Order: sequence, then C-alpha cells, then structure tokens
Amino acid sequence: MENEAGALSRVAGLFSARGYNIESLSVAPTEDPTLSRMTLVTVGSDDVVEQVTKQLNKLIEVVKIVDLNDGNHIERELMLVKVRAIGTDREEIKRLSEIFRGSIIDVTEKSFTIELTGTSSKLDAFLEAVSKSAVLETVRTGASGIGRGEWILKV
Amino acid sequence: MSVELTGAEITIRCLQEEGVQCIFGYPGGAVLFIYDELFKQDKVRHILVRHEQAALHAADGYARSSNKVGVALVTSGPGLTNAVTGIATAYMDSIPMVIISGQVPTSAIGLDAFQEVDTVGITRPCVKHNFLVKDVAELAQTIKKAFYIASTGRPGPVLVDIPKDISQQKTKFVYPDKVTMRSYNPVVKGHARQIKKAADLILSAKRPMIYAGGGVILSDAAAQLTELTQLLNFPCTNTLMGLGGYPGTDKQSLGMLGMHGTYEANMAMQYCDVLVAVGARFDDRVIGNPKHFYNENRKIIHIDIDPSSISKRVKVDVPIVGDVLDVLKELIKLLKSEKEKSDQAALKEWWKQIDLWRERDCLKFDRDSNIIKPQMVIEKLFDITKGDAFVTSDVGQHQMWAAQFYKFDKPRRWINSGGLGTMGFGMPAAMGVQLANPKGKVACITGEASIQMCIQELSTCKQYRLPLKIVNLNNRYMGMVRQWQEFFHGNRYAESYMDALPDFIKLAESYGHVGMRIEKPGDIEDALKDAFKLKDQLVFLDFITDQTENVFPMVPGGKGLSEMILV
Repeated sequence: MENEAGALSRVAGLFSARGYNIESLSVAPTEDPTLSRMTLVTVGSDDVVEQVTKQLNKLIEVVKIVDLNDGNHIERELMLVKVRAIGTDREEIKRLSEIFRGSIIDVTEKSFTIELTGTSSKLDAFLEAVSKSAVLETVRTGASGIGRGEWILKV
Repeated sequence: MSVELTGAEITIRCLQEEGVQCIFGYPGGAVLFIYDELFKQDKVRHILVRHEQAALHAADGYARSSNKVGVALVTSGPGLTNAVTGIATAYMDSIPMVIISGQVPTSAIGLDAFQEVDTVGITRPCVKHNFLVKDVAELAQTIKKAFYIASTGRPGPVLVDIPKDISQQKTKFVYPDKVTMRSYNPVVKGHARQIKKAADLILSAKRPMIYAGGGVILSDAAAQLTELTQLLNFPCTNTLMGLGGYPGTDKQSLGMLGMHGTYEANMAMQYCDVLVAVGARFDDRVIGNPKHFYNENRKIIHIDIDPSSISKRVKVDVPIVGDVLDVLKELIKLLKSEKEKSDQAALKEWWKQIDLWRERDCLKFDRDSNIIKPQMVIEKLFDITKGDAFVTSDVGQHQMWAAQFYKFDKPRRWINSGGLGTMGFGMPAAMGVQLANPKGKVACITGEASIQMCIQELSTCKQYRLPLKIVNLNNRYMGMVRQWQEFFHGNRYAESYMDALPDFIKLAESYGHVGMRIEKPGDIEDALKDAFKLKDQLVFLDFITDQTENVFPMVPGGKGLSEMILV
C-alpha cells in the first residue's frame, strides 16, 4: 500500500466496521520508500476471506493484495521474551533457547531476554516449554509472509 | 514566472477548472479565506443553506439529477459533523460528490483547538476516500484526485480537509490535466468471455427476469437496459434506486421489487430460472431472507462495477465486473449477432404466468374513501405532471407509495435516500434538483415527520426563489414506524404519534411561500393543478390523509420474497 499517513487506519477501520477479525498485522516501508508492505493474518470462511480481499482492494491506498494461502509461502514472526532465570534455571533456559534457535540478547542476575524467530506456532511452543511462571514479559511482531520460490509480489 | 496563489484561491480555481457551477455550503472560521475568494468571483455560484446537512443533501440532489459531481463546502468541527449524515447518505447510494471542509490550522491540529474534530477519522467509514491537505503545494493535485475518484468506478463522496493556514499559504498554481494513480484503476470493460457466457445463459432461459438497480442510473445506461429488455421480450423489475432505468409505464415493467415491491415482481424474482442482475446488489430490502431465496434454483448473471458487490449476499453464476453501460452495449451487440434466439414459446408461457400474478392487483386501495388516501395523491401528481416531474422524497410510507404509484419513465427523475434511509433528505435534495434543472417541475413527496427534520430550508428556498411543490402526506404519525408497530409490536404505538404539529400553512406563509391544506379526496386534483400553476412559488400542500393506511405488499423482515403480506 501507499506509504501514507492514515493508510493503516483505513485497513484497521475496514476490519472493525465490517466485523472481520485481525489476528495479527505487521507493516513497514519497503525498499521503495513510497510503498509499505503489510502482512495481515485473519480467520474466516472462504466467502469471508473473499469479501475481505475485495473490500481491501477497494481502499484507494491499497496497491495490491495477495492471499498467501493461494500458493506456497513462508512466514516468520519475531518474539522478544523476558524470562526469570535464577540458579539452575539459567542453564535450563539457555539450553531451551538453543533448541529453539533463539539467542539471549540481554542478561541480568535474575533474567534473560531471548530473541526468537519462527512461525507463530513455534513461538507458542517455546512459551509452553518454558514454565509459565518464568515468563515475565513477551512482545511479538505478528507474522510477516512471503511467497516461496521465484514468485514475487510486484507492483 | 507564474503568479503564486493562496490555497483559498487555488481551491476556487480548481472548482472553476472542473466546471463546477454551483456549490452548497455554510461559512465558518476555518473556511473564511475560501469564502473570501468565492466572493471575489462569479463563475462558481454558492447556495447558502441553513444547516450543513442540507448542503450535503442539496449537492447530492444536484448530482443525482444532473450526473455532475455535487460539491459542498463546510467549516471545521460542528460544520463537518452536521454534514456527516449527508455524506453517509451519498456514500450508501454511490453518489459522486466532493466535500471541502475547513480544518483548524496545522499547528493547532491535535491540541483540542476551537471547532476541531478529526474530520478524516470521523468520515473515513462513510466516504469513498478522504484527504487532509498538509502542504499547499499538493492542494491542486489533491482536489483533482478528489473529483477523479468521486466520479469514476463506483462513484462516491470524497472529502478534502483543508487547514486554515494552508488556505492562506501561497504556491504556484498548476491544475493537472489528468491524474493517474497506481493504486486506483477501476475496471470499465467487462470480460468478453463472461459476456459470452451470459449471452448463452440468457438465450437458454425459459423464465427469465431482469433485475436492475441504481447502477443503471449512475452509469447512464437506461437506454441500453431498455433496448436489451425489449430485444429479448423479458420482464424487468427495478429496485428503489433503479426506478426510471426502465420505463415504468411500459408493459414489460413489473414495477419495483423488494420489501414493498409488487406481487408480480417478487414472484417472478423468486421463480425465474435465469436472473440478470444489472447494477444492483441483492440487499436485504430487495431479496429478503437469502436462505429463502435459495429455495428455488436459478442461474444468476451479475453485472456490477464493484467486485465486492458480487457474491456478497447471494452467490452468482456469471459475474461480470465492469461499467454497466459498457457491458450492456457489448451484450446487446453479441445477442444481436447470435443465430440462436430466445425461446419464444417458453416466454409466452412465462408472460402468461406473470399476467396471472398481475391480476392479483397488489397495489389496489379504496378509491371511494371519503378520507384522502395517500396513494391517490401520488396518482394524481403523476397525472398532472404527466409523469415528467423530478420527484424527491423523504423516508417512510410516503417514500414507498411514491415509488409504487409514480411511474418513472426516465432516469434521474426519482431522487431518494435508498441505502441510508435519511429522513430530512427530501426538501434539501429538491433544492439541488431545482438548481440543476431550473425549468424542471420539482415535487418533494414527504410526511409531517420527515419534513420537520430539515424544515429550516424553507428559508433557503425563499432566498433563491426555488419553486418546489411540497406534497406533505400528513397522517399525524411516523407512518412506517406505526405500520411496524401495528404488525409486529401489538399495536403499541410507542412515540410514533406526531403531536404538537405546526400549522404548515402559516409556517410556509411566514417564509413568503404559499400554503394549502387539502382535506377532501375531491380537492386533490385541483389543489395540485393550482400549485403547479404557481410557477415561481414554493407551494406547501398539506394533505390530511388516512391515519391507518398501510403500505402493501410487504415482505416482513426475515421472510422470503414470495411470503408477502397482501392487502
């Protein structure tokens, strides 16, 4: 979509006005600074997703929209998670972080902050693996998606 | 070196460049520089309304009756919030409009300044698009875009919010010849293969039906719709928004369909085997309960410029995205060249069935009553104006009777708020219609409840000498509310009785207009004749009508099209 003030609120407003769900939404400018790319995750029947697509297309600032589920695609989400890490837990959490290919990016005597990327379900799995009481704070970006192979989304 | 102009000058120059002759508005602090520039020129005429809602409805009526873009100018804050009802009305009916609103200076935005509201935020869900101009250098380009977006594709209102300091700042004025936007390229031409599929399906039909909506009016395709219908000898029904798209007095017209549509139109809609939907959107007031609609099998062809209107409420078999005018032209060309012809024997049977439904005489009413029946007033209005008036309406029973009993033969003659259902629309819209058609006969069919929602505009009519004929069907009830309360709420008429009505005759007279009260059926005709003889005067005709009259047929909410309540 056009990288213009207000474009994001048009998308968000459309979803609330028409009763669609936004599971997650991530947006940032692209290599062409006049354009932003948004990955939006929604749930609904095929009919609803078709309407969502058509309605989004009607927004003047939306340049192009694809349903990534129409083809193969890759999606990744970034999570920063602060966990309590005291005594023997420190080793255990470090190991767990390695298993999930995370990296510890901040350390205090009582806590680790771990950076983790993956599909949303992988991030969920990590949170389940760490005991609930240990998780102090999480922040997630929502999914970003891109088509597999040589196929590209061109304007 | 070209001269630099202020934002206010640029705004007016842009309107002139767009060929705008008439705008509707109300001044205020944030638009003072723009009004100052209006004052200094005479190409763009400004009509001063008495409330911003009326400015929008007037610009809307102007647009609907003329196929030009309607333009309104309002100030920030309350000026804009008053206008929102009018903007939403135009949005729901896809009317091309440009609204220019003043805003507090850019340095004050977000500081809760006097008369500040988040205009772009408030109007976002009820405009096709809106802009906040933050740089005077972008002003001309933005206004150009606004006119382009408003009038192309599925039309709609576009708002341009101009902060006061932007209207003061200077820049070089260049009005772009054209505008291209990578993110906005509405489809015009229909897909050839889809049109071929449609033609094949049309020719295979045994029980065909054409269902035509407001899209036919908006794309100026009434002539093509008529040609297609008559070429095929198919029945045609028009939606509330589509009346006049096919001649209402023609024998192939089944009248309006839907909640208060005719028996024959609704039955044919339900039991046809091929349905050709043209510029219509299968809304809840048209097909009733979609599940019930699915009880019968039929193939549906749907022509619409807006892809999101297709398969939204009803799944269709042959979607054609494109401008109705363009697609109909292609379809007619193709049908004329086809060797195969429609099944005339089957059509004959189908018409026989339709004639049987017609015999039900679903619009009958008591013609011998000694109290005025509202239907009779509309019939007489039709006779006296020879079906050639511009008719606006408010919302309620009178609106439905107008749609049922005034047989519109031409497009852009029937002006009403179909989508949003805005009471108070009728008189201001009629002002816009009269200004767009100075020689036209303009009647506003209304009720004593609706008319009071914008009654202040009697003053505007006085100022500009607009000779409207206001046909007030006065039954001392909010008629449609009363009807629903009678049918569905055990005759408990909660707050639907209009107590403490003004003396409309004296009220009209106090503005210098003519007022007439008509209480006997025998006086209807003469009163209307007298009113239309007063060519230069607004006449307020207060018809005292039967309080208990209901609109029939009626498809109750949640019911199917063939489940009508009949008189």
